[in-house]
Parts: sequence; C-alpha cells; structure tokens
Amino acid sequence: MELCPSIKNILLLDSEGNRVAVKYYSDDWQTNSAKEAFERAVFTKTQKTNARTEAEITMFDNYIVVYKFVQDLHFFVTGGENENEIILATVLQGFFDAVGLLLRGNEDKKEALENLDLILLCLDEIVDGGVILETDANVIAGKVDSHSMDAGAPLSEQTITQALATAREHLTRSLLQ
Amino acid sequence: MAQPLVKKDDDRDEEVEYSPFFGIEKGAVLQEARVFNDPQLDPQRCSQVITKLLYLLNQGEAFTKVEATEVFFSVTKLFQSKDLGLRRMVYVMIKELSPSADEVIMVTSSLMKDMTSKTDMYRANAIRVLCRITDGTLLTQIERYLKQAIVDKNPVVSSAALVSGIHLLQTNPEIVKRWSNEVQEAVQSRAALVQFHALALLHQIRQNDRLAVNKLVSSLTRGSVRSPLAQCLLIRYTSQVIRESANNTQTGDRPFYDFLEGCLRHKAEMVIFEAARAITELNGVTSRELTPAITVLQLFLSSSKPVLRFAAVRTLNKVAMTHPTAVTNCNIDMESLISDQNRSIATLAITTLLKTGNESSVDRLMKQITNFMSDIADEFKIVVVEAIRSLCLKFPLKHRSLMNFLSNILREEGGFEYKKAIVDSIVILIRDIPEAKETGLLHLCEFIEDCEFTYLSTQILHFLGIEGPKTSDPSKYIRYIYNRVHLENATVRAGAVSTLAKFGAMVDGLKPRIFVLLRRCLFDTDDEVRDRATLYLNTLGGDGAVVETGADVKEFLFGSLDIPLVNLENSLKNYEPSEKPFDINFVPKEVKTQPLAEKKAPGKKPTGLGAPPPGPPSTVDAYEKLLSSIPEFSNFGKLFKSSAPVELTEAETEYAVNVVKHIFDSHVVFQYNCTNTIPEQLLENVTVLVDGSEAEEFSEVASKPLRSLPYDSPGQTFVAFEKPEGVPAVGKFSNMLRFIVKEVDPSTGEAEDDGVEDEYQLEDLEVVAADYILKVGVSNFRNAWESMGADFERVDEYGLGPRDSLAEAVNAVIDLLGMQPCEGTEVVSPNSRSHTCLLSGVYIGNVKVLVRLQFGLDGPKDVAMKLAVRSEDETVSDAIHEIVASG
Repeated sequence: MELCPSIKNILLLDSEGNRVAVKYYSDDWQTNSAKEAFERAVFTKTQKTNARTEAEITMFDNYIVVYKFVQDLHFFVTGGENENEIILATVLQGFFDAVGLLLRGNEDKKEALENLDLILLCLDEIVDGGVILETDANVIAGKVDSHSMDAGAPLSEQTITQALATAREHLTRSLLQ
Repeated sequence: MAQPLVKKDDDRDEEVEYSPFFGIEKGAVLQEARVFNDPQLDPQRCSQVITKLLYLLNQGEAFTKVEATEVFFSVTKLFQSKDLGLRRMVYVMIKELSPSADEVIMVTSSLMKDMTSKTDMYRANAIRVLCRITDGTLLTQIERYLKQAIVDKNPVVSSAALVSGIHLLQTNPEIVKRWSNEVQEAVQSRAALVQFHALALLHQIRQNDRLAVNKLVSSLTRGSVRSPLAQCLLIRYTSQVIRESANNTQTGDRPFYDFLEGCLRHKAEMVIFEAARAITELNGVTSRELTPAITVLQLFLSSSKPVLRFAAVRTLNKVAMTHPTAVTNCNIDMESLISDQNRSIATLAITTLLKTGNESSVDRLMKQITNFMSDIADEFKIVVVEAIRSLCLKFPLKHRSLMNFLSNILREEGGFEYKKAIVDSIVILIRDIPEAKETGLLHLCEFIEDCEFTYLSTQILHFLGIEGPKTSDPSKYIRYIYNRVHLENATVRAGAVSTLAKFGAMVDGLKPRIFVLLRRCLFDTDDEVRDRATLYLNTLGGDGAVVETGADVKEFLFGSLDIPLVNLENSLKNYEPSEKPFDINFVPKEVKTQPLAEKKAPGKKPTGLGAPPPGPPSTVDAYEKLLSSIPEFSNFGKLFKSSAPVELTEAETEYAVNVVKHIFDSHVVFQYNCTNTIPEQLLENVTVLVDGSEAEEFSEVASKPLRSLPYDSPGQTFVAFEKPEGVPAVGKFSNMLRFIVKEVDPSTGEAEDDGVEDEYQLEDLEVVAADYILKVGVSNFRNAWESMGADFERVDEYGLGPRDSLAEAVNAVIDLLGMQPCEGTEVVSPNSRSHTCLLSGVYIGNVKVLVRLQFGLDGPKDVAMKLAVRSEDETVSDAIHEIVASG
C-alpha cells in the first residue's frame, strides 16, 4: 500500500477540454494519446457540474478526481482510489488560488496562456514527482513570482526599474540590520 | 472550390485568435531557440522561447533525439544569465528534456555551482534538477551538499533535498540511507512541509525494520507533529503498526487507538478524516471503537463542501458492508443526500442506505430511489441495481417490491451494460429465491418482447430453457418464446428454437405441440435456424411418437461442453480435411491462462533495445501447433500439458533462455526459448546439451537445433526425452547452451564468415509431479465431490512445520500440486487460524482428481494439514498423497 500521499496528475483545461497546461506524475498514462483520452473522459464527466463555488469530486476508473472551475478554466487534481480526498482537495485549492494570485484575479484562458510560464512554474512548485511540495497558495505564488534579479548580476543586464527595486531591497536590508 | 476553404480559415482565426500560441510551429520555435546562443542574452526573449518550447511539449508534441539534444545544449548556455525568472525556466526545461547521461555532464558543474549559491531559490531548484537527472556516480560527489541542504535554514531548500531523497531512495537506497541522522533532525523542523517530507523519507528508509518503525511511531504519537500532512502520514504508519501487531495483543486494548481517537479532534479536516478512516479500517474493529469515528463522519455528511460529503459517504459505505448497524445512526443524513447535486455522492448514499436499511424501510426507500433513477447516468444506475440485488437476497420476503422495481427500470431507457446488470440481477434472484421464480421469469419474458439487444435476448432464452420446464405451468412461456421465432433476427430465432426444443425434451406433455412449432421452423430463411430445428426434431423423435427422451440424448443436446471454446476453435482451424474425421477428444482441455506477468513488467524499459521482443507463442494451442509441425515429435501423440516458461538465465544476461516443458504420454519435450541480446553477435547452430544423469527414468531421443539466432529475435530449440508411459517420472536436468558465434559488423549488419564455437552454462531444470497435473476447474465443487464418490478416497494428515503464515502454506501446497483452486478457496482471510482449500485437476492419463485440503494452525506457527483426495483411480489418489509426502 502506498503510504505517502501521491498525486497522479494536475490538469488545467479550457472550457472545451483542451489543454492549457498539464502535468503527469504517474506512469499510469504512458503515451500522449492515453493522457488525452483521460483528459477527455474527465472533462466530459465533469463539464455539466457546477464546480464554481466549492471544489467538486468524482470517481471513475479507480481514480479520484477533484476539480474546480472559474470562467473558462477547469482545474483538476487526480489521485488513486485510496487517497485521502481532502488532501487532494487541499492540493487543488493551493493550485487554484495560486493561479488566481499569479493572474491577479483575471483568471481566464487568455490570461493563463499569456502567463503560461507562471502556470508551469506553479505546477513545478506544487508537486515534485507525485510528492506534494507545497499547498499554501501564497507561498506557491510567492516562489513563482520572484522576478527580481540575482543580487550579483551585473548592472548592464538590469533594467532601470529592476535596478531600482534591487537598490530598494538593499537599502531596506541595511536599514533593518 | 476556393470559397469554402477561405471560410474555414476565417472560422479558425476567430476561434483561436486570442491564444498567444496561435499558429505556433515546432520548426520555427526551434529556429527561435538560437537566441540562446547570442553573446548578449535577452532574458525576456529567452524566457518566451522556453515557454513556447514547454508549450509544445505540454501539448504532446514530441521532439526527436537530435532536436532535444540541440535544445538542451543551447539551454545550457543560459546559465550565464543571472536573471532569476529565466533561470527558473531553464530548470523546468532541463527536467522536461530529461537529458541522457553524457548530456548531464554538460550541466553538472553549473548546477553544482547553483547548489552552493547564496540564493535560496537557486539552491532548492538546483538540487531538485540535479537529483532528477543524475545517476549514482555523481550522487556520491554531491552527497555532502545534499546532507547539508536537508538541515538548511531555508525550508524550501530543506524540502527540496528531502523530496529528492524520497525519489532517489528508489534507485540508490544505500546512499540515501546514510542520511538518516540529518533526516531525523529535519523531522523536528518547525516548518510544516519540511516535517512532512522528512517523516515520509525517514519512514521509507526504515520501512523494512519493523522495530524502528514501531519506535518512530510511538515517539511521534506523543505529539510534536505540527503539519497536518505529516499527521496524516503518522496516522497511516500507526495503522500499519497496529495491523502488524494485531496478532500479539488479542486481548486488552488496542495499542495506539487513543492516538487515532485523539486525531478525530484535530483542527485540520484532512487529519480528522484520515483518522476516522483508519479507525474504520482496523482489523476486527469493535462497535465501541467505531462510534467516535462514525460521529465525525456523520458531521461531514452535512458539510457544505462536496469533497467532505463524498469522503464521508464513501467511507461509511464501506463500513456498511461489515458493520451495517454502526451506520444506521447516519441514515437520516444519508437520506437527504439522495438529492445531492453531486451524483457520485447521491449514489453512494443510496447504496449505503440499501445496505443498512431494515426490512420495514425498504418500501419507502424504493419510492425515493424511483424518482432518483431517472436523472442519473447509467454507471450509477448499475451500482444501484447491484445494491438492490443484495438487499433482495438479504430480505427475501421483500422480493415482490424489489422485483417490481427491477422490472420497471428494465422497461425504461438504458444502455446495454445497465440492462445487462438488471437482467443478471433478476436471474440471480430467480435462482436464489424460489418464490420469486415465476414472476421473475414472466418479467424476463415481457422484456424480450421488446428488447433491442440480441445478446440479452439469447441469454434470456437460454435461461428460460433451463428454468421454464421446471415451473408449475411451463406452457405459458411457449407463446413468448415462439413469438421470437417470428419477429427477431436469425441469432435470436436460433436461440428460440433451442429453447423450444428444451421444453420439448423436458416436458413430455408439451412434446406434440412443440414438434408442430419446430416443424414450422424448418422453413426458416436462415440455415442455422433450419439446422437446429432439423437436429432437434430428429433426435427428440419428431416423427410423431411421443416417447420419453433418453438421458444420453439430453446430454448430447443440452449437456455442457467441458472444453474451452477457444481451444476448440483453434483445433478446428488446425484441422485439415482428410480421411480421418475431426475428433473432439483431441482438443486440449486446459484453460488458457493470460500471461499476466508480462503486463506487469516494469514500465520503463530501456529504449535502446527497441521495442520489447515479441514473446514466443505461449498458449496451449500455439504450442500444440508448433510441436506437431516438427516431424521428430509428430508421433508422440496428444500433448497433455505445457508448463509456464521457466527462466534458465538471470535477467539482463547476454543470452536470455527460458524453457517450456511439454508433457506427452510417454515423452517429454523441452522447448528452449532463446534470445540473443548482443547486437554484435549472430549465433548459429544453437543447441542445448542436456545432462539427464540425475533423471534416471528419462532417455534422450531427439534434439532439434536452431539454425540461426540473430540479435533480438527469439528462436526455439527442442530436446525430447522418452519416459515410461503414463508414469509421472520426475528428475533434474542440467543444461548447457552450445552455439557458434559470429561477429556482426554493427554498421552493415553483416556477419563474418568464420565463427567460434562457444558454450554458456544455464540453470538446472526440474520435471516435477505438478507437471503431470492439468489445472481444470469445476464450477460446483461439492457436486463434483459427491458425484465422484468415496470409492477411491484417500485421507491422511500431514504436519507442514513452521510457516510464515497460513496463506503461505496454502499457496505452497497449491503450487506443489499444480491444481486449479476452486470457488476462490485459494484466498485465506487474514488472521484466520484454519482454512479449507478445494482443488481440482486432471492427472496424466485423463483421470479427474479432486482434493480437499484442510489447514489449521497448530501452536503459534506450525501448520497441520488434512488432505482428502478423490479420483477415478485409486493409484492416482495414492500418487497425489505421494507428491505431498515427498514435497
């Protein structure tokens, strides 16, 4: 029996079931077509439900899927049939809220694709190879959205605003000491 | 022509124009990736290109090896930039590309530099990337840094190292195990997630040391775990400890139960639920232990969160299977869930209610369900139907209303699977509840009047043929059946003819009328229907004389075929028209077993070897075909049994060889399946030298070498032995692979002309008693046992000595005898102290054998066994005892 809670996949689909960003952590789906088939199945099973206020849940093919929708974005987190449903829901909520923070409240497909780099980093920060890394949306978004420069970077690589930000950071740090 | 095309393009434009990736194309993006090589890096631009590459990968676009390598090398250039955002994208990209070992070297130094950087984000991510792509050798170099990272002040760094440790433990356990001091320190971390990751890793390091796990659990359950996730882990570990220690403390309080109960008052819902679920799953849980868990689950039932309601109702549903009374308190909450928006929750609630309901509530419940059934999907309906079936078996007195419910939903719209579930349920109820038989059969009759599924119609007709004649008034079914002959397709018509004939054969009073009906079928447009009618009329005596139909005729027409249909089909395909008629007795009776092991083979096979080699033919029929095509073996007679392949080499050696033992009446043929796994070699004239000096009753009669064995395409060589006829001779054989090796030029694939003779030692092979017994199951063991009679029964008792568990002993005996376990008796329920196992098989010489094994624990570990054998031949009964006695 798998003792450590594990996530099988995290999916972000649009309102027609197309991929915005997906990440699979399990070997259950080895080919792209198997993955697409799973996404289609999940999407058709859930599209008619109203998962906009509270996260919803369903079970099929021995997987538990928790999901939540906003505008034209559909968020899914999948776990094995023996997984603690509430842990899965916590991961979903972390992902959902972090994306909300990163897109500054404009959660729709257009915005998500325009900031796809942030979404991908977000996925990378939530789960690592199936093991839950972090579930707190603020922490996740904070880790993703650190667009500042490396402190040791040469000034030539920095824009004025970045340089100012770095300077301000340096100043506050020295004041705090 | 041009018009619609343009329009189509317009449509597409409108549809997807808002995507920044519209019209993205792999070739162009790969071109764009050249900016990575610019001397003056533009971090923003580079980030965008990486995002595009990742987008392509995410959409399922595959990069060729060359493309991936090219991208990888240019990405490594980006380590020059100090832009944090870009660096993060580089990390993700490297992980996605999963570079090969020689490529990894390119980034190792950059990553190791980042691993020791002052920037936390660099350290954390570099560790994750490096541990993902590294192999064992590099790991020893960076081990020092990883140990440091585990106890890093920054929780993100610490977590990154710990999670990487969890993954690395699978591949390099001996290295990760050296970190346990650091990991143990991290368990005490104040950061919640660090604690969770550290606990997970620490447990995995120690999981095989039961005592250490015990200690870990008992120290942590005294409280110092802050993270809810870590607490969930601890609950899982605790229930594992409880499970494993259950045998020792059969009296008194369960250890750690107080801890689990305390977790029910935790502030995090995930912990409460984990604990409640753990309590419900305790082995032999008492109702006193269950109560607090049920109470919190009951609270979840009325939560506003669907996830909580689902989790609770699913758990209660499971509890209801074993402790229905414990769940009854929740029935009111459960009933309000029937109208839950979430249909999964509603279905689980209903099926739980059906399990916990008492006889008086059935009617009310059925009314509620009727409303519910119309608006749920078929798959949920099937679950409900199955629950109703078991309810009906529980309360046979309620069969009228339940059967009515089933027949009502049978008339409504629904797909095949759903209808099949209903029909199956009705059939089971008819079988098990005698009072329900007549109404049930009539419901089925009405259903086939208007049934769109040929399969169901024929199944029901067949069932009517069995049950109908035994009812008080068989004649009333005839109309329904004969209607089918008029109104249906040929398959159903043929089925109806057979059913009519069965009524004719069983009920003498109906014979004349049946014959009239059958004669009408002689003019059917379909030849199968006509053939059946003719056959039945002739064998049942349709010439007008009403005589009682003989038992042998009944057996011939309606008896069961004890040959698997697949085998029959294959034998018929192999039969070539000749003077000799096809003999059904030569069809093998062994049930084909699916090679399950192959399916479960590790998913990650090295891709270097190309696709996995096509397996050698492994089914009985294929074997028979193969062997009969070899002239040397053609006079050996009928193949009795072929064993499963036995490996004679370790995995991943130069030559992979396994052997299949083919047993004939007075011969044994060893089929060696050989695979050459060296691309630079061609093997020729491959034989196996078999030394049978330890197998006295065997003498080698023939050997068939394999002319050529090229790389990665399996071939077979055979060796045949003669043995005393009909005797289950056993013995041990040692094997040596002998062949001529020729070098192959890998670039041209051509072999050199000259070869060298070489030998390769294989493992020994044994012919054992089980090879002479076929696994043939019986559907009803008791009937078979009774009808076999006690004439040649042999009973004796054996002590099996100390065993790990009862289940282990049972499996050992089953393997020794090589017989088919019947009625699921090979499964031993946990913690039981005795077990009865039923086996059946066919002994060489086509003698049916039945075995009843009774196991009991004698003292703490000693297993005693009583073996009763019945067969058609007393020598066979004795032989079985001899196998056990000597095994």
